[in-house]
Amino acid sequence: MNILRTSIIAVLLALLAFAIFGPITNLLIWSVAETWYFPAKLPQSYGFAFWERVFRPQGNAMESLGNSVLIAVFTVIASLAVAIPAGLALGRGRLPWRSAFLLLFLLPQAFPSLAVHMNIARIFYSLGLNGTYTGVVLVHTIQGLVFSVWIATAAFSAVDRELEEAAANMGASPFTVFRTITLPLALPGLMASAIFVFLISLDEFTGTFFVGVPDVTTMPLLLFTASMEGNYQIASITALILLVPSVGFMLFIERFLKADVLAKVGS
Amino acid sequence: MLSRRASLFLIAPAVVLLGLLFLYPLSYSLIWAFSDEDLGGWGLQNFIKAWGLYSWDVLFTLIIVTLSTLIIGAMSVAIGGYLTLGENRVALTVLRTLYRWPLFIPFVVSAQLMRTFLAKNGMMNNIITSTGLMDPLAAASFLDWRGIVITFVWKQTPFVALLVAGAMAALDRSTIEAARNLGAGRLRILLGIVVPQVGTTLMVGLILSYVVMMSVLSVPLMINAQTPTMITVDMAWRINAYSDYGVANALGFITYAMTAVIAWIYLRQGVREGGRPQ
Repeated sequence: MNILRTSIIAVLLALLAFAIFGPITNLLIWSVAETWYFPAKLPQSYGFAFWERVFRPQGNAMESLGNSVLIAVFTVIASLAVAIPAGLALGRGRLPWRSAFLLLFLLPQAFPSLAVHMNIARIFYSLGLNGTYTGVVLVHTIQGLVFSVWIATAAFSAVDRELEEAAANMGASPFTVFRTITLPLALPGLMASAIFVFLISLDEFTGTFFVGVPDVTTMPLLLFTASMEGNYQIASITALILLVPSVGFMLFIERFLKADVLAKVGS
Repeated sequence: MLSRRASLFLIAPAVVLLGLLFLYPLSYSLIWAFSDEDLGGWGLQNFIKAWGLYSWDVLFTLIIVTLSTLIIGAMSVAIGGYLTLGENRVALTVLRTLYRWPLFIPFVVSAQLMRTFLAKNGMMNNIITSTGLMDPLAAASFLDWRGIVITFVWKQTPFVALLVAGAMAALDRSTIEAARNLGAGRLRILLGIVVPQVGTTLMVGLILSYVVMMSVLSVPLMINAQTPTMITVDMAWRINAYSDYGVANALGFITYAMTAVIAWIYLRQGVREGGRPQ
């Protein structure tokens, strides 16, 4: 009975491992396949020729990677610039209608975003923002805003009020208290929110699809185009470049987002 | 402590940004959906046209997203349940490190993974035929509605399972132990005691997944863009090929409607949690 149970568990875990790592392995093989024709089970020849094509300095892949990183950096700056003050007000201030405000920042998560994105694109078109970096950064910022506001609020809520009061009692000005107590203690949570927003921007597809065309190509759009053209090697290498930070973030998130901050999310 | 005025001042930029980039386009999506561009004024013309062209896709979308949500729910309960009630230490460690991998992998990457994995000559069929379980000639491509469901489940299960497992870990163990002492089996403990107590978390996770899946464009485009397909593909097509914002927004309104009931539950939950005194 016990052996039977153990083997059932082992088979189920093996199936789960296959379901999760099978597609990833298939992608890794594609990324180093030079020729792979039907009906061969494995590529006929391997090599890094496509990597060289992707990383060629004048290639459009490097341009997309540069675009993606640049846009993600500005998205983080824009999101945090509004989310830190908002988080401070929600987590530390005497804000009237506080729960209504928190709810307001949840709204974008409650609507299917595609229908909103296509209208942002139409509005941006009339403003001349389509196909510009500013336009893409703005459409990424609104998606990052929900998470950055909520995480910043939790990070500021988790700061011990007595430490701030102690500093104030010893004569520190409100700004000094913020600079030397509140901000440093909230920093790990804010860092987590910055990394999360960076990742959201790096991976964003739909908004860029509508707003970025035809001039701004990011990695996800390059991946999409290459895949639709049947260029699976380029698509797989691009996918791999996007996969690494996603998996890395999954493995290290717990270091950044401490339990005390997580417990304050939504409270 | 910040004053009321300072607090409002600090939150203002975020609210303005949200208003300009979310509420403003959202209201436009409603205006364009219900305006009649031929006759001027208001009308349901766009909806009649959208329904005539894409009613099958609307149904198809609803079936795919609902089915995916149900499978994600079942898988998450199974994973969370084993992590809470399982006794085999090795299996627990393996499962804990295994299930989260796709958590932050973007949809567009997941779609590319599945596009090669589930193809007729993809790794899945190759391995099944190599084991002799299936005749190579019987190998079929899964790149249709099944591929979309598989991709959604693959990508979204870790998120819901993470929430559910977290909620289950925070439960008071005494009721579980009491049931166990009375001789209840683990499946019965899971369904009778554990799941009802994490019901809210499970629902919130599933609703969030449902809303997200309802607006994913890359997966249906890359897995199965032929008819019938998901209405996100139709929306993109109306805009890119015809600049037909009326029908696209009518379809958009249908996605709002399909999530409205569900979002209502979610928002009510949000108010309750957000309004909880500290």
